[in-house]
Amino acid sequence: MSVEIQSLDPRINRLGLHTHEPGSPDTLPPHDHWGTYQVFHQKKRGDRHTAVGIVHAPGAELAMAYAKEQFGRRGETANLWVVDTRHVMALDYADQDMFATTPEKSYRDPGGYKVNDKIDAYREKMSHEHTP
Amino acid sequence: MNIPHKSVPIADLHREPLRHLLTALADDHLILGHRHSEWTGLGPILEEDIAFSSIAQDQMGHALGFYTLLHEHLGAPDPDIHAFTRQETEFSCCQLVEWPIGDYDFSLTRHLFFDLAAGLRMETLSLSSFKPLAQLATKIRGEVKYHMFHAKTMVNQLGNSNDETARARMQTAINRQFGLALGMFEPRLGEQILDDAQIAPIESKWRERWLEALNAVLDGSGLHIPDPDRIEPVYGGRNGYHTEYLQPLLNEMTEVFRLDPQAEW
Repeated sequence: MSVEIQSLDPRINRLGLHTHEPGSPDTLPPHDHWGTYQVFHQKKRGDRHTAVGIVHAPGAELAMAYAKEQFGRRGETANLWVVDTRHVMALDYADQDMFATTPEKSYRDPGGYKVNDKIDAYREKMSHEHTP
Repeated sequence: MNIPHKSVPIADLHREPLRHLLTALADDHLILGHRHSEWTGLGPILEEDIAFSSIAQDQMGHALGFYTLLHEHLGAPDPDIHAFTRQETEFSCCQLVEWPIGDYDFSLTRHLFFDLAAGLRMETLSLSSFKPLAQLATKIRGEVKYHMFHAKTMVNQLGNSNDETARARMQTAINRQFGLALGMFEPRLGEQILDDAQIAPIESKWRERWLEALNAVLDGSGLHIPDPDRIEPVYGGRNGYHTEYLQPLLNEMTEVFRLDPQAEW
């Protein structure tokens, strides 16, 4: 037997919600499930947009409206992007072995370059040129 | 809202009409903000719940801004006291904002109607010759821009829905509250005086611009408005005549405040 839900919140009571009969399956009315949009947030103009999370929405415009509230409601925001998740191509985690040996290839790290001498020389030259 | 704590001189002629204007704006935003907040936790989906709740908070912020102007420039009591201790008949909100939230189609349509009007009002008021109001309106304008983006997108989504029921429900919501919406533009006492002084236009000017803008918003949504000349506007709110729904709302809204009106928050 279903029982009307009593809450301390008067708004819940106004809805006249009922509990489900014990043992009966929870059946929701069929509806279209919304897809997801990836949200990218830019703090200041010129900064790159950073992936911050996802929102559910039926279209790009509403996704943008929701993104503004989920990810732009605190702190600074210059701009937002939303991208339909279906448009994102991702690697399969099964292929992660492609990167297995990368940490061993230290010769690709930029640590070996000795450029500071050149930079200092350039600074020196510039400061002379601009001194009257 | 950061408003300069400096009262500017206002001609005696303008004081009463300005008080009417600011009280109407403040009360509209306060009551609708409260109504919107009743959806918190009950929104149709999580994202929409958060968006609508945030809009409700914004409305409260706008109300505070207008009550603060009344307090600083026109000798009204402190905003909390002013908002929470008046009698029902002292409120000058339009009746549109008092109605219970109903189903989501009703609340959403009201949000569209109200914020479209609020956006136009803020746009004009940002040029008001009463500088403190111009500054406040400029601040509010940006927030209302987002409200309109949200309302417009949502209404278009439902209006163009393949689900015939959704479209029909939106159209019914529009038809049902159109007279109430026209009531937002009930003439205010002394409005011509403010218009002459370029403080704020008369309501009929705002009504005209609102109808134009509304037609533009609904264009392509599959929804339309009834002929405004054949719908009776629901007036009374600006003069303290309210629906049976306002007093219960005030009771609920002020319940905590009345426990201890002197409490420090």
